[in-house]
Amino acid sequence: MRRALRDPSFVIGLTILIVVIGAALLAPWLSPYDPGAATLRSRLAEPYTAQHPLGADAIGRDILSRIIFGARISLTVGVASVTIAMIVGTLIGLVAGYFGGLLDAVLMRLADIQLAFPFILLAITVIAVIGPGLWKVILVMALTQWVQYARIVRGQTLALRSKEYVQAAGALGAGHGRVMFGHILLNALTPVTVLATLGVANNILLEAGLTFLGLGVDPTIPSWGGMLADGRNYIERAWWVATFPGLAITVTVLGFNLLGDWLRDTLDPRTR
Amino acid sequence: MLAFLIRRLGQSVFVLIGITLFVSFTIRLSGDPAVALFQGASAPTPEQLASIRQALGTDRPFLQQYAEFVAGVARGDLGTSFRTGGPVAAAVMQRFPTTVALALSSLAISLLLAVPLGVLAARRRGGVADLIVRVVSLLGLSFPNFWLGIMLILIFGVRLRWLPPSGYEGPVSLILPSLTLGLILASTTTRLVRSSLLDVLNEQYVVTARAKGIHENAVVYLHALRTALIPLVTFVGLQIGGLIGGVVIIEKVFAWPGLGSLALNAIAVRDYPMLQGTIVVLAVFIAAINLLVDMSYALLDPRVRVG
Repeated sequence: MRRALRDPSFVIGLTILIVVIGAALLAPWLSPYDPGAATLRSRLAEPYTAQHPLGADAIGRDILSRIIFGARISLTVGVASVTIAMIVGTLIGLVAGYFGGLLDAVLMRLADIQLAFPFILLAITVIAVIGPGLWKVILVMALTQWVQYARIVRGQTLALRSKEYVQAAGALGAGHGRVMFGHILLNALTPVTVLATLGVANNILLEAGLTFLGLGVDPTIPSWGGMLADGRNYIERAWWVATFPGLAITVTVLGFNLLGDWLRDTLDPRTR
Repeated sequence: MLAFLIRRLGQSVFVLIGITLFVSFTIRLSGDPAVALFQGASAPTPEQLASIRQALGTDRPFLQQYAEFVAGVARGDLGTSFRTGGPVAAAVMQRFPTTVALALSSLAISLLLAVPLGVLAARRRGGVADLIVRVVSLLGLSFPNFWLGIMLILIFGVRLRWLPPSGYEGPVSLILPSLTLGLILASTTTRLVRSSLLDVLNEQYVVTARAKGIHENAVVYLHALRTALIPLVTFVGLQIGGLIGGVVIIEKVFAWPGLGSLALNAIAVRDYPMLQGTIVVLAVFIAAINLLVDMSYALLDPRVRVG
């Protein structure tokens, strides 16, 4: 732990995440205004004033308040989608790697297709049909990304299955379930943790992108991607509307990337 | 090589079948296009809907429709747009070159930046240059691409007025969007070049070359870099999918008349044949690039040919 505190990646990454998670949890108490309250008098109000530190948007909503509330959407989507994908992918990868056979073959072909089909195109197709929405975005991400976790866990399981300690556990009478979850899973979790941390960063970017395209969360909910889409329309008159939510995304994603890099370097000393 | 080629081609075909099946099946779930298409003052009668379905061909079983779609694709026919009534293939092919131009120029910018910067960082490992390159590339990884695009529009299009802020006004319009995607892609690529070169610089043949007294520049550029760039080729193939995804978003930011905006418009007006045609063409493009990458990989790296 003391060594971690001397690593700037860890310290900066953790600080950023504490601030962002704090903002999301305490949003109603921290934000100076109701994020949905439109005040005509404040339309496109300039930033750096006591009234609106980060300015106001085209219908006079306070940008700082909307950014604070937007943290909730980004974190929810990032964490929920990765959690679902990780659990589903880990279970399937574990079973496929341990037993092999048909499930394994199907999994590898699914992974091929997924590699060749960019997420945005897939999301566009699915969301065009089921319509946008917070939980739909989360599910589309989870449905397309579990394969990454399954592939990693499968590889780890294949490597660990023939290790002496796993064979010994089997020889001592441990059932398949006990060997898989008690002996293999724990040792396969290291790369999964790294992938998940970087995955949250990636999914926050994806959600913002989808919402920017009008295919993400409901535009009436304050979200960073939605604010950016709004700001794009006023870029010639009001630079602040698009600039600050973009900074919020960048800083948050940077926090997860720093922690992910730090985790990878710590858990796998070869990459240092 | 021939056996490898055939196996690899089979894989591409399999992937494309998977994608087209998925896309046409999902799109059919969106409800009855006849209802969406019907234009009349009162609610459509069942007979009217049935005749629209018959005209569209959506009254037949799914697998038959899919088989006809695939046969059409093989002939270069992607169906008829629900909205314009014109062929989808013509609309898609008209926009295909602008999207490919954007994707390829972004790729070129990213490689032109990433290879020299990655080499610099690896040679000065632990130094100031290395630190700067690593911090900047980590920042680049964290930028939402469309936000970087908006910021570039703000600086070069709105404030400085050096470049057209959006739309298509000839080749100069290509600069800002491809710079946006190129810079983002360069950050991941730089990290890859750096770590790949660092790996190779520890190899015994590089140590031998140094021991023979060969100049360090020659060691890096003639001996190590060649090997270090092999993973880059695979990486470029893997990035093509993500790059095309980025292109879709960036086209929206810059009002770029490409396939991405075509697909997004198709969603807005529920023109499913257009959406399906666009996605299929993009998927074929990505699969073709990946095929080329794998083949060049086999040519570049003799170790691949053995396996």
